[in-house]
Amino acid sequence: MRLVPFQEVVERHGRDVMRLCIAVAGPGAADDCYQETMLAALAAYPRLRDPSVTRSWLLTIASRKAIDGFRSSARTVPVAEPDAGATEDAEPRDTELWARVRSLPPKQRVAVAYRFVLDLAYREIGEAMGTSEEAARRNVHEGLKRLREDSTSPPNPALIARAR
Amino acid sequence: MGMMETTMPSEDELGALLRDAAARLGTGAPPLAAAADAAGLLDVAYAGVDSPVGRLLLAATPAGVVRVAFAREGDDAVLEELAQRISPRVLEAPTRLDAARRQLDEYFDGGRTTFELPLDWRLSRGFRARVLHAIASIPYGSTGTYRSVATAAGTPNAVRAAGTACATNPIPIIVPCHRVVRSDGTMGRYGGGEAAKRTLLEHEHALP
Repeated sequence: MRLVPFQEVVERHGRDVMRLCIAVAGPGAADDCYQETMLAALAAYPRLRDPSVTRSWLLTIASRKAIDGFRSSARTVPVAEPDAGATEDAEPRDTELWARVRSLPPKQRVAVAYRFVLDLAYREIGEAMGTSEEAARRNVHEGLKRLREDSTSPPNPALIARAR
Repeated sequence: MGMMETTMPSEDELGALLRDAAARLGTGAPPLAAAADAAGLLDVAYAGVDSPVGRLLLAATPAGVVRVAFAREGDDAVLEELAQRISPRVLEAPTRLDAARRQLDEYFDGGRTTFELPLDWRLSRGFRARVLHAIASIPYGSTGTYRSVATAAGTPNAVRAAGTACATNPIPIIVPCHRVVRSDGTMGRYGGGEAAKRTLLEHEHALP
């Protein structure tokens, strides 16, 4: 099989990569997440052996970048500070609920995003995360369980501030 | 459990809430081409440009303009071919084509008779490349014949092959294969179609 021009990959999957970045890395880090994902993918693209896995390959890169970005911003930005990357007049890109998703452990966070942002089947989530379908289902389930438990206590104001 | 459990959304309800909220997440992605170019990852940049011979697709590598395609060739087919023959790192990136687009506009406005652009000849090899180099020196407003370019390419008898080289020129207009006509004065084949060749020759007041 042949590789299509990368522009076509961007047109087919770029929107989903961006939504994943916003959900998992947060709106302030999403542009960087998107660009780092696409540049890493572009660099490796000529070596992609099986074009039929392009989408899950790209999503795997995106979720790694999203988690890396979130970790580094969590280290450098004081928790109570509003997200420095978000501008006040920008259109709202995030919600309180997804801000709470970002307080989940990385695997659960990514699995929940795949499931509810991109509507992937558990089998596809497993493919993108390099796990079994069963493990993917468990990650989503554990994430939801934790969100439900958290929903009885008021949301963490710092996480909401990060989202705005 | 018990009382608290009833106030909590079920997993299904929570899933529905997450889906609803996800629909409100933004989607606007930042542009990629400039960053890709800066990172040395933009192997093929392309852009469209309107012209009197229809919409043209222009493509350039870091070495120069590598392809000019007419609408009849089909953008998708042209880009696929560039992805196979040069690199799949192909992005729409008009900035790299700024000079080419400007010079083509000037040519069609009548103010420009030669192109000053770096060219990437990699899509033509051997005899065909020699023919195209010979064509590149035919001046604006004049014509050559398939026989004369075959001779200039060092193979006087390869008239038919010279015709094929002209018809498959990857960089038409800039490498002016429209200026090559048949010895009997008729126009001969052209990658952009006979009407486009006639338009270009009329534009240059060089109709045979």
